[in-house]
Amino acid sequence: MHVLLFAGLAERLGARELELRAPLPARVSELREHLAEQQPELAGAVYRVSVNHAYAQEDDALTEGDEIALIPPVSGG
Amino acid sequence: MIALVDTPIDVAAVLAEVEGEQQGGVVLFLGRVRDHSQGKRVTHLDYDAYLPMALSEMQALEVEARERLGAERVALVHRTGRLELGAIAVAVAVAAAHRPAAFEACRWLIDTLKQRVPIWKKEWFDDGAHWVSPTP
Repeated sequence: MHVLLFAGLAERLGARELELRAPLPARVSELREHLAEQQPELAGAVYRVSVNHAYAQEDDALTEGDEIALIPPVSGG
Repeated sequence: MIALVDTPIDVAAVLAEVEGEQQGGVVLFLGRVRDHSQGKRVTHLDYDAYLPMALSEMQALEVEARERLGAERVALVHRTGRLELGAIAVAVAVAAAHRPAAFEACRWLIDTLKQRVPIWKKEWFDDGAHWVSPTP
């Protein structure tokens, strides 16, 4: 699955998106586990997950075609 | 008017968006690039944004300001990319029938935008840069 990255997380991984090997459907909490295993650069990173442009909860399900992004703490304004 | 722009914010255009003969109170908030942060001299800022989600969240803020806080006309514009000192990073304009609702909705909109909308600020100093962590 594709995962979009922004701000400090994009800098940390040197990319605006990453490709994750994960079976779908999966819960947001499972996405976090896959990320921790496959992207050690994300260790300790604080982020929320968004699905289709809305903040997701940990037990929300991700399915094929969803637009998934990692949202580090925001600081607009 | 809800927008993310990569060119200077036109404040007159923002105010024109909330013009109306039924609204007696108009409040405008501008957030500008400050020359210092945590005791250090800031040289410029970079803003990153998740554009479609930021727009969606800003639209949700407008709806809530209308339905819950009595805002009648709302303009919410945030800039992205590199901003020099003094540049306007964000403009929030609210018009309401009377001033209490306009003040309250404007304050709530900028406070909540800073907590919820996926936009990120990077502060550049003479000796480096960092992505800003949220402040209460």
